[in-house]
This record gives sequence, structure tokens and C-alpha cells, in this order.
Amino acid sequence: MLETAAVEKLAVSVSIKVNGKPHSRGVEPRMLLVEFLREACDLTGTHVGCDTTYCGACTVLMNGLAVKSCTMFAVQADGSEITTVEGLEKDGKLHPIQKAFGDSYGLQCGYCTPGLLLSTHQLLSRNPEPSEKEIRKAIAGNTCRCTGYMNIFKAIELAGRNMRRT
Amino acid sequence: MLSQLGEGAKFLAGGQSLIPLMKLRFANPEYLVDLNFIPGTSFIKEESSVPHSGALRFGALHFGAMTRHAEIEHSALTKKIPILHDCAAGIADVQVRNRGTIGGSLAEADPSGDWATALITLDCTVHSLGPGGARTIQQKDFITDAYTTALAHDELVTEVEVRIPPEGSGGAYLAFKRSAPVYPSASAAVQLTLADDVCQDAAIALGCVGLTAIRATEAETVLRGKILNRNVNDKTIAAAAEAARAAADPQSDMRGSVEYKRQLVVALVKRAIQIAARRARGEQVEGAHLYA
Repeated sequence: MLETAAVEKLAVSVSIKVNGKPHSRGVEPRMLLVEFLREACDLTGTHVGCDTTYCGACTVLMNGLAVKSCTMFAVQADGSEITTVEGLEKDGKLHPIQKAFGDSYGLQCGYCTPGLLLSTHQLLSRNPEPSEKEIRKAIAGNTCRCTGYMNIFKAIELAGRNMRRT
Repeated sequence: MLSQLGEGAKFLAGGQSLIPLMKLRFANPEYLVDLNFIPGTSFIKEESSVPHSGALRFGALHFGAMTRHAEIEHSALTKKIPILHDCAAGIADVQVRNRGTIGGSLAEADPSGDWATALITLDCTVHSLGPGGARTIQQKDFITDAYTTALAHDELVTEVEVRIPPEGSGGAYLAFKRSAPVYPSASAAVQLTLADDVCQDAAIALGCVGLTAIRATEAETVLRGKILNRNVNDKTIAAAAEAARAAADPQSDMRGSVEYKRQLVVALVKRAIQIAARRARGEQVEGAHLYA
């Protein structure tokens, strides 16, 4: 283990806007973005599933694009805007995507849900009326071991419908 | 900069292969030089065709090394070479395509990488830069072995240049994956040029079934000079696919046995030839990686 002083010497300063709020910290260059979010920002809604770029539980938006936060260093996100699941809710009201996942029972244990919500966010912000095939392609990088995906498809279709209406 | 840092230093592009390899301790770089903040390294440009020594030099697409797979997937220019769209749109999943880059994928030279297999069927040149200056390397000579390229340790890819195939040429890239985020079990790339339904030229490459992408030259010979019309001659295609089976040199692993992968090659080559032939005749065909 490195002494605290040595770690501080290794630290690189980063400024990352997370859910609209600026976070400036000194971080070790090897710190992953997901560790920065969970440990430095205390935003534990972003989950670590496989830690091998497979499961998508750690998906967040970087400048509006879905990325796996376990496969990026925090220093690589310097100067960018990150949205995590905590940033979806506005003024105590769930985001329409969150509401649709609840209404359609698009989750069971909920571990993969934050990642799925953000992959859905990228999909619907570019394509408000996706086909079933487009939905499948959009969430192909998010593994759910409970639902069998059928209610997740329904939730994404419902979210699209509700967002088109507003 | 990399020469100063020494052999323990590595370039970091999209990081979608390198970071997982570091977590597994298969890669232990002392230093990483992140290329993501260098402006002007992500672009897709078209070069128009020009007369050149009495003939027409075909146009080309130029891809900056740091161009993300997703940018290539969604680019209208990429549609000029459908095999490139097939490849970009089928790599892993949305999240990985948002980060991973064409230059990084080639430089990583993973035997299961997608780009090398698709690009080797085309007239493709890799542009590189190092302390000794800039140079170009034919893509067929670029990857020399598994995880090994013609680049020196302190050289990097700057650009990938792909000649636009002539009129009457069509290609397809297909890979079989057990699920989206994993590497394919096997893949096939086919680029055909037809004139009045007669195959003038064929390039067939196999991925994930050898240490590098394999050109199935005997399968190409089977197709050249043969009629590939709308009622596609199944015997010709079957003979080409059988020649491709013989060219494959797979390893048995968690993605399947040697026999299974050879059988996959036969199925993928057949299907890719059919799609490539339809595209060569000007048809719009949607083609992409297959998921299990």
C-alpha cells in the first residue's frame, strides 16, 4: 500500500460535471470512472456487475452517449458531462423512462436497471419511435438475468410513447 | 513521447480491449499515453476519383485513427462501402462502439478483432507516424501475428484509407457471436466484383479462426470467372465455402470446437457470398453480425 502522501503525489486533478454538478478531485490515474462516481462522488446508483466490459450494469452517459464506466479511467472523463441514474429524476419526479420501467415491471432485482435506463436514454433521445429490432440492438450490451427482457422491451416502448406525447 | 517513456509505455485509444486486458493482468503497461484528447484524429473524409496515368484512380474514404465504431456506423459516407457499415455496426454493443476506435482495433491486432478481417478484402492502407516520420503500410502487411503489427513500439496509426470499390462490386461482413458484447466465434468477409453476373474478382477473408485474418485464396479462385446470377449457382458457392473450410485454422476454446468453427465458416461464407453478390448487382441488403 502506498502512503497517503505518495498517493497524493500521484494524483491527477480532474473536473467532471456529474448530473449537472461540477466535481473537481485529485485522483489516481488508474482510478476507473465507475470508482470515481461511486467512491469520490458517493453516487452508488451506478453498479459494477462483471467488471469485464460485458454486462453493462455500469453504463452511464458521457456527453449524451452510453459508455461502460468500468472500461474508462476517470482521467479520461476530465472536462466531460456525465449522467448517472441519479441524474434522471427531476424535482422529485421520476424520468418517463424510470416510470415506464416501473409501470411495465421491467425489472426484478434491479441490479442491471440503472444501466438499462441510460442505454434506453441514448436510444430514445436519437430515435423516439424505435422498432423492436432497434430496441434489441440498443440494449444488446446490457445483461439482465431476471426478466427475460420481455417486460424491458415493453417498458422501452411505453417510455417512447409517453415521451412522444409530452 | 513514447520513445522517451520506453518499452513499458503504451498508447491508449478507445480502451475497450486494453483496459479489460489490464484488469486481467495480461497487459501491464507502466505508462499509458491517452490519445483521446488530441484534436483532429477523429474524422471520415471522402477523396474523389481522379484520372491517373490514363486510367481512373478510384476515390477513397479516409478514417482518422480515433474515429469511433459508432461514428463509422452512422456515417452516410460509410454506406458507399457496405462491408464497412456491416463491420462497424456489428462490433460488440452500443457502449463499446461509442468508445472503441478503428485505429485502436487494428493496432491491437486481436485475432478475434472485426476490422482486420473486413478491411483485408479491400484496397486498404494504414497511415502511421513515429519519431522517424510518417509512413504507409498496406493493410495486408500490417498485422503480422496475433497481437503483433508492423508498427514499431513508438509508432501509431494516424489514418486508415480505403479505396472505394469499382461499380459492380459489392461486399458483406458477417460474424457469429454468442451474444453481443463478446468476440465472434467466427467471421467472414466477402467482396465480389461482377460484370453481367460473371464474377470478375473475389476477395474472401476469415476472422477468429487463425492467429490473424486469413485470406481464403482457393475459395476466391473457385468463384472467379463463374456466373453468379439471381438463381445463384449453389454448387459454385458450396465449393467456395468448402475451400474456405479448408483454409480456416481454428483453435478449440470456450467459443467452440475446431469442427464447429469450421462448420460456422462454411455457413458464414455462403451467406456472405450471397449478400455480396446481391449488393454487387445494386440491391440494398441489410446485413450485420449474427447473434446467437
